[in-house]
Amino acid sequence: MPIHEQSLIRPENLKTHDELVMDGVDVSGHWSTFIESRVVTDYNEAMQDEIAALPGGEHIHRCWQCGSCTNSCTVNAINPDFNPRYWIYLARMGMESELLRDKDIIWQCVSCNKCTYACPRDVVPEGVMKAMSHWLELKGHTPMSPSMHFDEVFADQVIERGKIEESRVMQRFFKRTGQPLFQDWFVEMVKQMLRHLPVGMLARMGLASVLAPSTSGWSRARDAIREYADEQHGKHRRALGLDNLIETAKQDAGAPARS
Amino acid sequence: MATNPDKYKRVAYYPGCALEGTGHAYNRSTKVVGKALGLDLVEVKNWNCCGAMEVKNIDPKIQTYLSSRVMSIAANEMGFDTVMAPCNGCYHNLKKAEYDLTNDAKSAEVVDRLSKKAGHETYQAGQVETIHALDWIKDSIGEEGLRERVQNSLKGLKIANYYGCMYTRPRHIFPEKDQGPGSESTSKPHFMDDLLAAAGAENVDFPLKTACCGGAHTLSDSDTSTKLVLNILNAAEASGAEVIATECPTCHSGLEMHQIRAEKRLGRKTSVKIVYFTQLIGLALGLSPRQVGLHENISDSIGFMKSKGIA
Repeated sequence: MPIHEQSLIRPENLKTHDELVMDGVDVSGHWSTFIESRVVTDYNEAMQDEIAALPGGEHIHRCWQCGSCTNSCTVNAINPDFNPRYWIYLARMGMESELLRDKDIIWQCVSCNKCTYACPRDVVPEGVMKAMSHWLELKGHTPMSPSMHFDEVFADQVIERGKIEESRVMQRFFKRTGQPLFQDWFVEMVKQMLRHLPVGMLARMGLASVLAPSTSGWSRARDAIREYADEQHGKHRRALGLDNLIETAKQDAGAPARS
Repeated sequence: MATNPDKYKRVAYYPGCALEGTGHAYNRSTKVVGKALGLDLVEVKNWNCCGAMEVKNIDPKIQTYLSSRVMSIAANEMGFDTVMAPCNGCYHNLKKAEYDLTNDAKSAEVVDRLSKKAGHETYQAGQVETIHALDWIKDSIGEEGLRERVQNSLKGLKIANYYGCMYTRPRHIFPEKDQGPGSESTSKPHFMDDLLAAAGAENVDFPLKTACCGGAHTLSDSDTSTKLVLNILNAAEASGAEVIATECPTCHSGLEMHQIRAEKRLGRKTSVKIVYFTQLIGLALGLSPRQVGLHENISDSIGFMKSKGIA
């Protein structure tokens, strides 16, 4: 399996000695760097199936590791640790602990779809990144990412009313993630916006943020979407074996203590 | 070249949520340009959000349903066979829903189930064609037609045309693109270049036409978005552009917001103006800056346009 731009050798396992003599031979220096071996024992054999069970991850098994995704990746260009090809490799191998080393950046995929455009195997790496982020959160490996908070705030409003109103989404998102609304750039943006006094637009936006636009007669669509979303949520949890765990824990808790 | 002079004369118009809020200038300029060009826009009745990126991230099939409802209303309740969406996100999502409904039986099943429960006709793939505002002007008026109607040439205005991600990627949801001469290209899109050149502008050789502005994380990972936008702004300036022409409310407001944020947080000031392509076409057609909503942009280009003799 070629590993192009990311090595499985961890930097801390590379050992170089300034003064080392073995069997009477001086092996000091860089030319005789040793790699400390390590053994991976905690393979998660179900990992690929778990990610494939989440929306977006369906085609992860198609990957043949060409690296087109990483090569075209927008985020990789500003953070070389962001490596879709490598993560797909780890997921397919079941190397969960290796993937967890990057758990805090996987959600940063910007969904530009350059990877999906470049992929010769229709893996849809963009979808796989979303599935992986969901997987990390569902499994409890990471707290909910700011992106997921935003998606939830946004989707809740769409499902509730049929439409969104941007300033409400923004306010709720900032509140949920504990950020102040009036940040330096935001204040400057409002100032610049007011310069030409777009009265009609301001009135419309102000009115919309109070009244909140909605699609009329939306309640039946809302109920239908909610029912479907709940169904899917349950399905995803079962696919990851999460509810079984809870059931087992409940049974354990309810079982009479063994003497 | 106008390939379909009559077909797009009267189309169903799907503005979407952003065009009622931060993207209002795009909504306004699209409508006045349509009027000036003699093209009728009939707004989709009681439309809903297309699902955007966010609902797709929660569940792609819910997004497919949301987009399909818009197309169902246009087709079944209003009798239209074309929906025009100026927002790249809406346009992308309607195209994606069309693709999924054609190629994925499971998506079609979910959409049918949700549509029945919601109490409207299920959208059937092929009932409408979704087009972007670029297709709308390019195919119905064309460069020749636009050139004839220009009253106030954009001569001397150096423009970087910025198309963003959602208009061209992934390619499989845009079967009409990459079809040889006359069609749009997913790797080197040119429809906006063609139209603005016809309006008299000078398009610079801009390498980041389809680069990503980080719009998906504009608020949830602002530092990444600021870096990505700064790249785009710098590249545009390095290409000699005075204006970046946009065709998406998310890209447009992202460029405006992060232009300010880059200056505040990274101390990197850029002065390139950010203007919707419809605003530029409107100006070329002789409309006033207020009519095309230049005063509603955060990026202030009115003084600059005046200095160029355009506004």
